[in-house]
Amino acid sequence: MSGATAHEPTRMADLMADKNANYWSRATAAEMAEAMRNGAVTSVELTQACLDQIAAVDGTVHAFLHVDAEGALATAREVDAARAAGEDLPPLAGVPIAIKDLVVTEGMPTTAGSRILEGWLPPYDATLTRKIREARMPILGKTNMDEFAMGSSTEYSGYGPTRNPWDLERIPGGSGGGSAAAVAAWEAPLAIGSDTGGSIRQPAAVTGTIGVKPTYGGVSRYGAIALASSLDQLGPCARTIEDAALLHEAIGGHDPMDATSLDEPVPACVDAVYEGRKNGLAGVRVGIITELTGEGFQAGVTERFNEAVDHLRAAGADVVEVGCPSFTYALAAYYLILTSEASSNLAKFDSVRFGLRVEKDTIEKTMGATRQHGFGDEVKRRIILGTYALSAGYYDAYYGSAQKVRTLVQRDFAAAFAKADVLVSPTAPTTPFKLGERVDNPLAMYLNDIATIPVNLAGVPALSLPSGTAAEDGLPVGFQIIAPAHEDARLYKVGGALEHALVQKWGGPLMSLAPELEVAP
Amino acid sequence: MSSLSRNDVARLAALARIDMTDEDLDRLSGQLSAIVDAVATVAEVATDDIPATSHPIPMSNVHRADEVRPSLTQEQALAAAPEAEDGRFRVPRILGEEA
Repeated sequence: MSGATAHEPTRMADLMADKNANYWSRATAAEMAEAMRNGAVTSVELTQACLDQIAAVDGTVHAFLHVDAEGALATAREVDAARAAGEDLPPLAGVPIAIKDLVVTEGMPTTAGSRILEGWLPPYDATLTRKIREARMPILGKTNMDEFAMGSSTEYSGYGPTRNPWDLERIPGGSGGGSAAAVAAWEAPLAIGSDTGGSIRQPAAVTGTIGVKPTYGGVSRYGAIALASSLDQLGPCARTIEDAALLHEAIGGHDPMDATSLDEPVPACVDAVYEGRKNGLAGVRVGIITELTGEGFQAGVTERFNEAVDHLRAAGADVVEVGCPSFTYALAAYYLILTSEASSNLAKFDSVRFGLRVEKDTIEKTMGATRQHGFGDEVKRRIILGTYALSAGYYDAYYGSAQKVRTLVQRDFAAAFAKADVLVSPTAPTTPFKLGERVDNPLAMYLNDIATIPVNLAGVPALSLPSGTAAEDGLPVGFQIIAPAHEDARLYKVGGALEHALVQKWGGPLMSLAPELEVAP
Repeated sequence: MSSLSRNDVARLAALARIDMTDEDLDRLSGQLSAIVDAVATVAEVATDDIPATSHPIPMSNVHRADEVRPSLTQEQALAAAPEAEDGRFRVPRILGEEA
């Protein structure tokens, strides 16, 4: 894109020269927006490029549960007409997007990855959906996920797993494996995820993409099917930090329909990206969380982590080590709090108002049979654990203790942020493992989220960006940046500086190293 | 703290309104027992002097005026119901175990 001032040098010229590549589907959201403004391309062409890519590769990747080609193209046509008429349009107008299937979309199927909601058509839009529509972004469809966002591999989806575009035999992470894979497979430049314990960041890490969990309350949860209400947060998935920042600003902001929504201005994410790229990180204090490095982390993950920290130093940051001793207990506390809240939130799936009904002769038997057939094993495990943690005689020992650990985790963050402006760690302890490897071992599955979970317990914002591939397997490694609550802009400044350094070193974005997917005939 | 027994799981599943076959109970109770043992470690550090935190960001109550606002119509609210009758959700028998 000539005239791209604030953007990274891109490979668009190369891609456009390669007539075999569906190059528009590979553009970044910022490039797409600018090309539309310059009249180089229309939203219909961009949307069709993404739909073509979905048709070509999604039979293999299975990132989508529902594709709405007609609806997306209708929005694209409206945007093109409005642009032709000289209307003032929002920054991302005409840029296609995919939405995780737990965000309700009026008249478009929404299942949260569960068979219990198969065929349900929501009667209203989530606030996030409304904002996407107001941003005039064509909605390509709904992405696959672990059932009710319970999982780290998308294997607990009621509709079959999503595959990692880097290696089709491996997991794309979870629960938002569909959104991350859609972005990594060039099916969509942007997607929406939800992050309760890492479900945006861990999929980003293992697919070589970017995922951001905003400060709790930064993006409205109204109309997002709840997993654990005190932990859930919607956020952006993208291929560049700039794109994530653009989307963050489009979806953030106060919403009277969500009582936990923050009543404060949306953080200036995009400006922070440009500042990080341009000015570097002089005077920024970066804290390495000692509990989230070393033992338990794959050698190649540690190697890429250390290298990224060196880049931060080179950009001018002061790097220190910080201890967060209570993080050792965060995983245990998380699974008690999450399951307690989930057992309550999922009580609404009772065969009465929406979703599946397996009819028996009484309502009680009908509920029992419906939930037996409609829920998968992981959902049943977590509802039962939550029911137990909240039951008389066990409440203090389990749920009560977990809430105290939550206090300790928050205290550790407060102490760490007294010494550092941002904290860093690897996003996940390993590169993506093989499909099926951990599906019957819930405890091993839970360990994926060891570095992402403390963030949700404290409500602070965090971002994952690619830091390269592991030497031993050539698979992507994620780098996590954590900021204090309300300081989301810091993620983008540090992320912008680090991405800039890494892209220069690699000679292009990490995604350019991803293997080409076989295209359906 | 002790692990969950098969009977415990059966009782909790009944409370949570999830029917389980014998095979379900066999499969899930072993896994749940291991998970409960792992998460029980929270009690090691949760001493009496630590306050509990239920919400990540400090907030005060949020109120709005008690006014009628636009909402779903009755038709919209019932549209996805497995069964509806006379403007209401229809369900199987609620009272009594015997017909």
